[in-house]
Amino acid sequence: MQQNWKADFPVFAQFPDMVYLDSAATSQKPAAVIAAEAAYYREANANPLRGLYDLSVRATDAYENAREAVRGFIGAASAREIVFTRNATESLNLIAYSWGRSELHSGDEILVAISEHHSNMLPWQSLARETGAALHYLECDSSGVYTEEALRAALTPNTKIFAIAQISNVFGRISAIADFARICHENGTLIVCDGAQSVPHIPVNVQALDVDFLAFSGHKMFAPMGIGVLYGKEALLRKMPPFLYGGEMIEYVTREGAEYAELPHKFEAGTVNVGGAVGLHAAIDYVNAVGFAEIVRREDALTAFAVQEMRQIPHVTIIGGDDPAAHHGIVTFAVDGVHPHDIAAIFDSDSIAIRAGHHCAQPLHQHIGVSSTARMSLAFYNDEQDVEKFVDTLKTVRRRMGFER
Amino acid sequence: MSDNFYDEVLIDHNLHPQHLHDLPGATCSHAGMNPSCGDEITLHLEMRGGIIADGSFTGIGCAISQASADIMLDLIIGRTPEEARKLAALFRKMIGGEITPEELEILEEAGALQNIARMPARVKCATLGWRTLEHLLETAD
Repeated sequence: MQQNWKADFPVFAQFPDMVYLDSAATSQKPAAVIAAEAAYYREANANPLRGLYDLSVRATDAYENAREAVRGFIGAASAREIVFTRNATESLNLIAYSWGRSELHSGDEILVAISEHHSNMLPWQSLARETGAALHYLECDSSGVYTEEALRAALTPNTKIFAIAQISNVFGRISAIADFARICHENGTLIVCDGAQSVPHIPVNVQALDVDFLAFSGHKMFAPMGIGVLYGKEALLRKMPPFLYGGEMIEYVTREGAEYAELPHKFEAGTVNVGGAVGLHAAIDYVNAVGFAEIVRREDALTAFAVQEMRQIPHVTIIGGDDPAAHHGIVTFAVDGVHPHDIAAIFDSDSIAIRAGHHCAQPLHQHIGVSSTARMSLAFYNDEQDVEKFVDTLKTVRRRMGFER
Repeated sequence: MSDNFYDEVLIDHNLHPQHLHDLPGATCSHAGMNPSCGDEITLHLEMRGGIIADGSFTGIGCAISQASADIMLDLIIGRTPEEARKLAALFRKMIGGEITPEELEILEEAGALQNIARMPARVKCATLGWRTLEHLLETAD
């Protein structure tokens, strides 16, 4: 825990007393990423993929190099399987609109894990309404565990797709995606994995997991906001119609129609976010330089420390159980008698940033029987002092709200 | 910011709300909610002889929304709907940061919420009760 990784992140120099424990909402950005995006606009900015001049070629190279970096980072077979989007939400919508509206019909079934973020739930709700497909939920237990038995029991011959996050943004628990993918495929069902909370924190290899689609956001993995990724198996993407129509996604256009561009450009209509992609490339280089061994070691140690301290504080309940190994950088909790908004306000008055609310997972909160919760989430740049300050404030919350005086 | 974000007035109204109960004699009720945070209260009023003879609220929410609704009911019980509307307008003025010291005195304990204007995320919590009151008075007319 010796290395001071905060030194790589300018925001911590700007606010030295701030304790940032909301990385599951968005991560901070290292200087290398900020510099890379700025350098692109200084040195290589032109509209890529179309200009027949040197600067545009540079922009195109920067963009396609970023795509190749993403391919390598998640172990995809081909760069044609990497589609740049704005964020995980857009990636998931792309699947629901493009694949869903062309492949699903009345009588088909969609299975969604109940703990999903709204962005991996609402697109499927909308798809079910429009196609007449039935939407079913896979229920977890109170610790957020999904079992293979439950999945097998929920799949039917009509289940066409199953949507689940690799790491829940509420529980922080890792689901056994590779096992779930095998079970789905035995049933002829596709699996969509939301990697928004996993790709920044653990090594993810799409071929090892054998998922059909993977969605994630750059901004949660130290890259700029506004750049995200959809991975899809090439055979699937090839069959899917475009999601948005416009420039850059066509071969030629006539009065009657168009011939669409090759993968992945078919899904990238309009001028793309090259600056964001370059930032994401720099973020990937940064993560690789730090190394997942270091990232996982630090985050697991800090999570375990937080959970061990929190479970000794009276009137504090950890959502998803007291086992430190079950929470990967995300600890959601409640304090008896204190509304999560008030918890967050008290933390804020001590310069500690945490999240409060339903974390975009209202059906899950209904399922586990609480209306809202508070959440602290870590990244490898956090340190033991951050967790100590968090615990110190947590101990004062009830007293400061007028209890036990 | 001070050690305690919440002053004694808010803490007391949150922990010991006078008006958090059902109102069997209610002549009108209205539900208000903050969809983004899940706070929801239902405001109940008993109108008699052109005045708000009694009132209460039910529901769940954060300390700000609960205390604000409780303080509001302290202020409006015994007043006419017109007076209650004026108080609601004054409260909005306070949240907007445009209130005079004389006007602030009229709001009595509700003045404890003056600084909420600096926390945009909590403004909706502070105004939930008042917004619900305005809707209720509109529809009750």
